[in-house]
Amino acid sequence: MEKDDLEILYQETILDHFKNPRGMKKCEHCTAEKQGYNPLCGDKVDMSVRINEDNTIEDMQVLSQGCAISVASGSMLAELLPGKNITEVREISDAFFEMMQGKPMPDEIDYGDLDTLEGVNKFHSRVKCALLAWKTLKEILIDWEKEKASK
Amino acid sequence: MDTTINDAKSEIYDPSRKMLDVSRIREDFPILQRQVHGKRLVYLDSAATSQKPNCVINALSFFYRTINANIHRGVHTLSEESSSAYEALREKIANFIGGVDARGIVFTRNTTESLNMVALSWGKSNIKEGDEILLTEMEHHSNLVPWILLAKETGAVLKHIPVTDNGTLDMAAFYKLLNKKTKLVSVSIVSNVLGTINPVEEIIDAAHKNGSVTVLDGAQSVPHIVTDAKTLDCDFLAFSAHKMLGPTGIGVLYGKPEILEQMEPYLGGGGMIEQVELCNATWAEIPWKFEAGTPNYADVAAFSSAIDYLERIGMGVIREHEKEITEYAVEKLLEFDDLILYGPQDPEIQAGVFTFFHNKIHPHDLSTILDRDGIAIRAGHHCAQPLMMKYKIPATARASAYIYNDKEDIDELVESLNKAKRFF
Repeated sequence: MEKDDLEILYQETILDHFKNPRGMKKCEHCTAEKQGYNPLCGDKVDMSVRINEDNTIEDMQVLSQGCAISVASGSMLAELLPGKNITEVREISDAFFEMMQGKPMPDEIDYGDLDTLEGVNKFHSRVKCALLAWKTLKEILIDWEKEKASK
Repeated sequence: MDTTINDAKSEIYDPSRKMLDVSRIREDFPILQRQVHGKRLVYLDSAATSQKPNCVINALSFFYRTINANIHRGVHTLSEESSSAYEALREKIANFIGGVDARGIVFTRNTTESLNMVALSWGKSNIKEGDEILLTEMEHHSNLVPWILLAKETGAVLKHIPVTDNGTLDMAAFYKLLNKKTKLVSVSIVSNVLGTINPVEEIIDAAHKNGSVTVLDGAQSVPHIVTDAKTLDCDFLAFSAHKMLGPTGIGVLYGKPEILEQMEPYLGGGGMIEQVELCNATWAEIPWKFEAGTPNYADVAAFSSAIDYLERIGMGVIREHEKEITEYAVEKLLEFDDLILYGPQDPEIQAGVFTFFHNKIHPHDLSTILDRDGIAIRAGHHCAQPLMMKYKIPATARASAYIYNDKEDIDELVESLNKAKRFF
């Protein structure tokens, strides 16, 4: 039987990330941290990251408080990004923002479980839930870049 | 003019069931005929905004088709008709809220603007450093933020009547908080989150004996329960048309004329003046002193039809109907052992607002799942973040009822809530 929109939205992988979110402790010796809020619904993420000299993410923690979609999205981010270079991180992030606008993810990128969130774009009011952690990540990267430039 | 209403009031209301004939009322609301995701629309979000009956929709279109002209500044027929329709509504509203003086009815954009007007105009001339403004923990942001702004500017101190665990105001604490420094008390009559009907008569009485000015946020009460500003003797009452079957973009501030007369204008421009020189101006009389610029007169005409509609059913009857729904909804929602239901859970002191928190399903997920069954509820902080913090929850789900809802709508809500569990 074909799955309906809701079954795709609340599929096993997403609910697993929601019930057992990854990266839920504070990052040790973090190089950047940021809180992200969704003022319309009260959802919150507390993101901390350690980026090493080679511009690679060593540790990424995302403490989320919110709905299944925002928690799962933050958890997937925390699971996927450690070990990746900032250039790759940006590619993944850009591709994810595009996917939330209905565009497919490019094949050559490793996006872990993120493709399971594709169904969110059918629920317009929920796209902001999926993007909360990713918007916060963008802000972290801007801060990180500024700090790097000032060194 | 099309004012189609099911006019046989006695036939709409069944006193033995204490319920309105909802199937007949729904016929007047075209939006309730539509489907959402292939299901009948079950609209349980009237605390956010109500739906509109045909008579209101038609009145707006009728106005633009036959009368439209700017008010007050023309002597041609259209402008005269437009002006008298506008001023006639002032009288109608004055009667609707208990027969107050129509000179005290000021048209605004919404409840928020009405409350801001009190803070900005009355507040700036009357509140000084160290004065206390007494609010409650259950207020909507629109009855919190204008006072935060005023306090920042004047150095006034904000105090809040606490909310008890059953969602009512702690009245013992109120009497302790009220003191000689309390210049103003501003309270919602009905909480938009808890549905609590607050004992505002008692609050006003005590506040007046204390010499404090009183403001009532009537956004959730004027549409649902008899709200008699004359008997309550409040100094100000704010409410919105769009929550009471009327159009968006119209709010009302009622103020006692003797207080409004002492107040400075809130906005300057056309319509609110007596005489203007290049460097000086004198103000028009109340209420026009507070209505600068071209007002939203077309929506005012449509609002008039909304009030006719409500009056033909009767506010007392509406309250009885909603009491029945409240009793039923509370009983049904309490049957869930994974739901926390907030509010008094007593139809005698609760309007048709049901706020709950599911211990496994976030309100947003709940709302998305319910939407697929055609059920519209609200999820979020309901513009009452301090109350959410008090209950230590980030957000809640809220269902709210009006004249077009019945017990079947509650049954559908309950069924869909049960189904939602399958995902989690």
